[in-house]
Amino acid sequence: MTAIDRARPIEATRHVGRRTPITWVRGGGLSSLLFLLPMLLIFGLFSWYPIVRAVVMSFQTTNLVSPPTFVGFDNFVQVLNDPLFWTAVGNTGLFALLALILGYPVPLIAAVLMSEVKRAKGLYSALAYLPVVVPPVVAVLLWKYFYDASPTGVFNTVLGWVGIPPQPWIQSATQAMPSIVVEATWAAAGGTIIIYLAALTSVSPELYDAAEVDGASIWKKIWHVTLPQLRAILLITLILQIIGTAQVFLEPFLFTSGGPVNSTVTILLLIYRYAFENSVGGDYGAATALSIMLAIFLAILSLVYFRVTRSWSQN
Amino acid sequence: LTTSTDITPKVIAVDVAAVEGQRTGGSPPRRRRRGHGKPRRVAESQDRGILSSSDWRRPGIRWSARITHAVLLVVLIVVGLGPLLWLAKSAITPTQDTLQTPMALFPHGADWSTLSTAWNTVQISVQFLNTIWVAAGEWIVQIVVATKAGFALSVLRPRYGRFLYGLILGTLFVPSVVLLVPLYLTILNPPLIGTSLINTFWAVWLPAGASAFNVVLVKRFFDNLPKEIFEAARTDGAGAFRLFWSIVLPMSKPILGVVSVFAIIAAWKDYLWPLLVLRDPAIQPLSVRLPTLQDAIQLDVYLAALAISTLIPIVLFLIFQGLFLRGAGLGGAVKG
Repeated sequence: MTAIDRARPIEATRHVGRRTPITWVRGGGLSSLLFLLPMLLIFGLFSWYPIVRAVVMSFQTTNLVSPPTFVGFDNFVQVLNDPLFWTAVGNTGLFALLALILGYPVPLIAAVLMSEVKRAKGLYSALAYLPVVVPPVVAVLLWKYFYDASPTGVFNTVLGWVGIPPQPWIQSATQAMPSIVVEATWAAAGGTIIIYLAALTSVSPELYDAAEVDGASIWKKIWHVTLPQLRAILLITLILQIIGTAQVFLEPFLFTSGGPVNSTVTILLLIYRYAFENSVGGDYGAATALSIMLAIFLAILSLVYFRVTRSWSQN
Repeated sequence: LTTSTDITPKVIAVDVAAVEGQRTGGSPPRRRRRGHGKPRRVAESQDRGILSSSDWRRPGIRWSARITHAVLLVVLIVVGLGPLLWLAKSAITPTQDTLQTPMALFPHGADWSTLSTAWNTVQISVQFLNTIWVAAGEWIVQIVVATKAGFALSVLRPRYGRFLYGLILGTLFVPSVVLLVPLYLTILNPPLIGTSLINTFWAVWLPAGASAFNVVLVKRFFDNLPKEIFEAARTDGAGAFRLFWSIVLPMSKPILGVVSVFAIIAAWKDYLWPLLVLRDPAIQPLSVRLPTLQDAIQLDVYLAALAISTLIPIVLFLIFQGLFLRGAGLGGAVKG
């Protein structure tokens, strides 16, 4: 090869001449493949293959002894007939709803207030982000101790200072889910605050100047400039939060393992129970069937969501 | 982490900010002001927020803004720092004091021996090293997979590259819960390898490499490197490997920093997957071991173990604060 040939990018040399194994190697085909090899192996074995296998397994009875047999939609029917299924759906919906009511406005309000801070802004961000850095397991175990139901529990002591009687927190079927949501919000809000802060810095100052020329008050500036400018990111964090909360596992698993009286069994907890906490051996078919159903539900939800919100922003 | 020790956090932070600006295609992100006070007046016309300079000059607004910010600071300290301070205090408080008066500050003095009991007798040290070992392995696998694939897809560009990239992007839309059971069975009985990977570190290291997020991040960074340099290197006779090792990698320190921080933090946080595949307590990381300890050991030692587990992430955060916070913004941008 001449120096001129070599100077061309590889994708150009590839087209020179007829394609034989030798020109393929000379043209860089082999080295491309060698560079792609780790990715192909890792993604093939631990991502693409399991995804395909999940779909296949949801139509099969799989145990680790005999070869799997196809059973049609039996797994799906079995999951839908499980009385715990609708409990899990309801609990997951409740978690998502409470997390939305509590966890969606808090980061937005905090970020808007923090964006106006002139001094030591970094300190505010660092403090807000600190809970995100705490390992989630440690955070849950720490809060589990805070939620101690005895009068000398941490939160009950604080309530005692203002004369409120001790609460049962995670030991009561009605208070368990809200308690878990409070911890989950504490653990996640910092990340969303940082995302909003980044978005707030890109709001053009001219828009505020223009609003002031029109005599807008501070609240009107927030309502008519800040929030519309954040709309794109607000819509994305909303659907991401819903997708995330639909898959909540760690908090209910470690706080209550689904109790009291199944009031915190979520969909993922049910999948875990089907597959890994079954005394007669893992019901892998039911577990994959339920996870496929959840994935399809989330995919449809996101599609509808983006279609609806797109038509909003066009109007 | 040895390869990135020569980069100062400041350099990473600024470069990552530049990457972020290129990616989102918007205006270059504003750098955080360092010396507060002095440049404020000069920069105000571009650097204002919701409140204008005339708003700030009105005493009513100025004082209510100051009071709001002071209240906000107190709330952030109580909510963000409070639980951690409580953990630090209770880690060295005797069990009975914590049980009876959880909010009192050392009513009967501090007991520093809880830390050494947790570390030596309960052998948190074993799980601590396991966690570091898990994080280090996941980090290496992720860096190797992401940089090699990113280089092949962005610079070498084989014909089938677009198709592969599509397959990688596709996995971003599959929730991880779908993978849980089939991945577990794959680890139990892997094709090609032949022997079960359960209770080996490979069971956590290898699946961590299948991160589409990393490949996308690295490929996009490589896409933005100047093409002239590659062509010049090829004219000088550099092969694909030389190009990768001597030219592309040294230019990629900022993105390697981002991927490294994400990898290490994710490894430190992971719970469900290591719980499933690392059943032997001798090789479990902290996150898996801690929940099993709560009923088995004294409260003060248990809280000391929790405090020790939190230490490394907090210290990493304080050192690489800029990288963390920009990474959080970047994560939001890519996910969306």
